[in-house]
Amino acid sequence: MSDKVLMKGNEALAQAAICAGCRHFFGYPITPQTELAAYMSKTMPKIGGTYLQAESEIAAINMVQGAAAAGVRAMTSSSSPGISLKLEGISYMAGADLPALIINVQRGGPGLGGIQPSQSDYDLATKAPGHGDLHILVFAPSSVQEMVDLVSHAFDSADKYRMPAMILADGLLGQMMEPVVLPEKAKEPSELPKKEWAACGHEGERKHNIVNSLYLQPQELEDVVKARYERYAKIEADEQMCEKYMTEDADFVIVAFGACSRIAKSAINIARKKGIKVGLIRPITLWPFPVDALKEAAKNAKAFLSVEMNMGQMVNDVKLAIECKKPVEFFGHTGGIIPTPAEIVAKIEKMQEEIK
Amino acid sequence: MAVFKKPASLAEVTTSYCPGCPHGIIHRIVGECIDELGIEGKTIGIAPVGCAVMAYNFFNCDFIQAPHGRAPAVATGVKRSLPDHVVFSYQGDGDLAAIGTAETVHSATRGENITVIFVNNAIYGMTGGQMAPTSLPGQITQTTPYGRDVKIAGYPIKVCEMLSTLDGVQYAERVSVDCVKNAIQAKKAIKKAFQNQIDGKGFSIVEGVSGGPTSWGLGPVAALQWSRDNMRAYYPLGVYKDRDTEDKTND
Repeated sequence: MSDKVLMKGNEALAQAAICAGCRHFFGYPITPQTELAAYMSKTMPKIGGTYLQAESEIAAINMVQGAAAAGVRAMTSSSSPGISLKLEGISYMAGADLPALIINVQRGGPGLGGIQPSQSDYDLATKAPGHGDLHILVFAPSSVQEMVDLVSHAFDSADKYRMPAMILADGLLGQMMEPVVLPEKAKEPSELPKKEWAACGHEGERKHNIVNSLYLQPQELEDVVKARYERYAKIEADEQMCEKYMTEDADFVIVAFGACSRIAKSAINIARKKGIKVGLIRPITLWPFPVDALKEAAKNAKAFLSVEMNMGQMVNDVKLAIECKKPVEFFGHTGGIIPTPAEIVAKIEKMQEEIK
Repeated sequence: MAVFKKPASLAEVTTSYCPGCPHGIIHRIVGECIDELGIEGKTIGIAPVGCAVMAYNFFNCDFIQAPHGRAPAVATGVKRSLPDHVVFSYQGDGDLAAIGTAETVHSATRGENITVIFVNNAIYGMTGGQMAPTSLPGQITQTTPYGRDVKIAGYPIKVCEMLSTLDGVQYAERVSVDCVKNAIQAKKAIKKAFQNQIDGKGFSIVEGVSGGPTSWGLGPVAALQWSRDNMRAYYPLGVYKDRDTEDKTND
């Protein structure tokens, strides 16, 4: 096993991408993802990779699109306002079945918002990551180690299903330092599966490849989108990921992802000492949402509490997942304020009062 | 005996261009250049949004369709991934000089080793004839029904002149295909723009002063004449930048 190293979340994301065989990074400066791009600019030239600072987030995502279309493992990183600008490119990539990795180290919004941690791009990532009928894979790490593990998984899943993937992190995870174990053996780009569909020059050996999202005949477009949704259905069935913490006997199930889930765990430990049976379901995939685990938990739990660093976005998916069979409450802060364990415990105690 | 035939790198299909539109001639010239340089197998074309959106159907090389204006960024991504391949974008004026101005200017100033074929017909053809960034002062379009008033709509962008100020640009030439003589010069320019890339010299752009018979409401012959009479004065043909000759001068 590799040694433990102390790394900042943003730098770990970058190194993990390199370990996953990514040699093409296109970025544009924005806080709080800064260290990720800086790490790439320092490392890529030493390993024969590409770090390119684009003229805008729009250009960066389109460079990713070009690299992805050419068949290489490519990525970009940004933070919330920059992600807004990338949605055009993400939609085109979804429409052209292109795999790529987009990192969103979220900050507060809307507008220029703030630069402190936030989870207010949940709906953007899971509901409307661009115009049109589409989904992207969305992963939500809650530790620096999990950032490392999910980057590789996200790249592999994006390739497997030929679609963009997003790591939905936040400023807290991006900025904090934790010990991590990097993959023992980094992947070389040459080890990655060849992409037969790529526009990389036919060399006279095959018919020319076209990477395209335009279908002017309505029937043709509907057929293409429907086929893509069949793939999405398979992903929803096969790729749900979540962590369960003390859910077996839980009367109250907190649902929280990313940084919030860590605070929720502290809250659960406090509540348990007070004799309240609280557990956690931590979605690791936000799309596909871990519906099966929530359905299962709804059989015995009395109520659910979605804790988020936003005004209440995932809470609607929790309600849908359990088909509103149990009460679902929301607690959260936005604007860069991080919920405290005490606040969450107080909310759970209030819910307990109401249920009685 | 030389037999006149379609370039091998052009697909055996009918294009979607309006009758009399110079796009067909420019496609043919690009196809001839790809054939003569023997690069079809390692060329990747980038199609724009606009009249040439379906260029991917008209060439036999690999192709990527880019979002509106983003072709140079997509081309950059391809070229940085496949530096030994040949990458060209084929763009109209709205795509290249309005929505994609930033991508154009910055791929140029980076000296991105790509070839840009820019077809300037001074109008948005695909969407039915709106004012373009290159529409002439006074030009009547769907969205300048009283003529382009520069006090309201500003002035046209002279792309070759603008880009020639950038150190990253290897080569910028404006051509026309309105007659055989000019078409021969256009072919020389386009071939040079590809050869520059093969030689690793950096960003090359060839702007074709084109025409839009349907959008201009003119027949093919009248449209060519309108282009000569009106566009040529605003957009003079010629070489705006060529580092090859600059370097010689500097020696």
